[in-house]
Amino acid sequence: MPLLEIKGVSKNFGGLRAVFEVSFGLERGEILGIIGPNGAGKTTLFNTLTGFYKPDSGEVWFERENLTDLKPHQICQRGMVRTFQIVKPFLQLTVLDNVIVAALNRIKNTREATEKALRTIEFVGLKEKKDTLATGLTLPHRKQLELARALATEPKLLLLDEVMAGLTPIEVDELIRLLREVNQRAITILMIEHVMRGVMALSKRVIVLNYGEKIAEGTPEEVVKNRQVIEAYLGEEFGSAQG
Amino acid sequence: MAKIYTLLGLILLILLLLPLFLNQYLLGIFVFIFYYAYLGQCWNILTGYTGNISLGHSLYVGIGAYISTMLAMHVGFSPWIGMVIGGLGATLIGVIMGYLAFRFGLKNVYFVLITIAFAEIGRLVALHLKPLGQFMGLFIDFKPGWANFQFKGNLPYYYIGLGFVIFSLIVVRVLELSKWGRYFVALREDEDAAESVGVNALKYKMIALGISSFMTALAGTFYANYIFYLHPTSIMSMALSIEIVLRPIIGGMGTALGPVIGSFLITPLAELSRSYFAKAGYEGLHLVIYGFLLVAVVLFFPRGVISYIKRGIAPLLGSSKAV
Repeated sequence: MPLLEIKGVSKNFGGLRAVFEVSFGLERGEILGIIGPNGAGKTTLFNTLTGFYKPDSGEVWFERENLTDLKPHQICQRGMVRTFQIVKPFLQLTVLDNVIVAALNRIKNTREATEKALRTIEFVGLKEKKDTLATGLTLPHRKQLELARALATEPKLLLLDEVMAGLTPIEVDELIRLLREVNQRAITILMIEHVMRGVMALSKRVIVLNYGEKIAEGTPEEVVKNRQVIEAYLGEEFGSAQG
Repeated sequence: MAKIYTLLGLILLILLLLPLFLNQYLLGIFVFIFYYAYLGQCWNILTGYTGNISLGHSLYVGIGAYISTMLAMHVGFSPWIGMVIGGLGATLIGVIMGYLAFRFGLKNVYFVLITIAFAEIGRLVALHLKPLGQFMGLFIDFKPGWANFQFKGNLPYYYIGLGFVIFSLIVVRVLELSKWGRYFVALREDEDAAESVGVNALKYKMIALGISSFMTALAGTFYANYIFYLHPTSIMSMALSIEIVLRPIIGGMGTALGPVIGSFLITPLAELSRSYFAKAGYEGLHLVIYGFLLVAVVLFFPRGVISYIKRGIAPLLGSSKAV
């Protein structure tokens, strides 16, 4: 029984087919990567899974429950949380206050939530910034904050939308180490990522989206050799020249 | 933090003793300082903390004033009881409006418009209802006594007004430290991000509006039993709604002390300039001065006077973190 099961999900915007009949499952404890060229529908898929968009057809099942008609906050309460590709910190709040809001998802007592938030901030490596207003953070720090906020909700499934984009190679390595540790804490991860080093290092299985459709699925090594995938990224001519 | 509370305690002590040195006229100005500080604080709970701008808060003042007054006149209820019933009445209307607005995702200017629309409906209804005196307004009999919320002289109103301000400060401070308050601020900062970490946007915006409208209505009862005359143009008008928003904007929105500081700055100025210009035959000129003042504050103190006061007193308190 998979933790997350997506059954033929489609989402259109007017005449644009953003996501078309995408289906896949996600096992408990897995790290699954989603890759695809810009505009392939990856973020739209995340928005559909987390209740920000309602799918035009198809269903999303999480722990034997149909999430399709639930609102974002309800989906978070069920244990599925997402980060935003364009980070959305609470700008006029300190790092600590940002994370406390998220910790209150599971912990009703504000003092305990504060302790939980402090532990989470330390875990992602933002401890010395805890009293800084989010508006004063650099992009890498904002990404760490985004991750801390998601983790503080105590999710079972973490949806990461390009958390590695814009980081230096050293920061990417640090984040890979961190996400492995997250995964060891029994948190399943579904990640959209362009940084292939990150995908290769973390996921055993990768799904490729192009024009809203799933065109390939397999290990990262298999997928990068797949002819359709090469065509999607580099154009048909390159694909046939390789073939 | 402790030092801030000491400072506030000191100010409170001064305010408690101050009436010994004030004549009736100055006491009256203080009553209005407290009245507008309290109203600004009520508005601040909704707008300053959750970010939903209301330009129709006079509606709740009016509902509170009319319900408690009608209950006192026709049923013989003490205004103290009528005040609570008026608060509940205002909450009901506020919640209906809020549900319509929030359920269908009205934000920013569209939310402002629905608050204005509801306030205008309220004003027109009040203006045409016969029991409310229509264009003549409603005169309230003067029967002094604690049970009737009516007193001779300004002194009791001074202390009741001060009590209202303290009550609202406590409510806001408790909210700030609670889950509700933290959720309000998260919604103001980024609604999508708040929802993604488990905040039920509709529910918490409704809670903020409910608290705000209930508390606002209480001030209506206070006004009715201080002025003894109710008319929609003074108690349910756009002009009053603007008076309500002015002080927290100038003092500092989304802070506990902002509305109070704003009221101490603006209310005496408004009262003095109004009486001065009225005597000189330029009635309404004070509103022009208001306009210029607001423009100046928005230009020079975009985050309210409080942010500069905080910076000013921080060295005295030996800490960079104030309220």
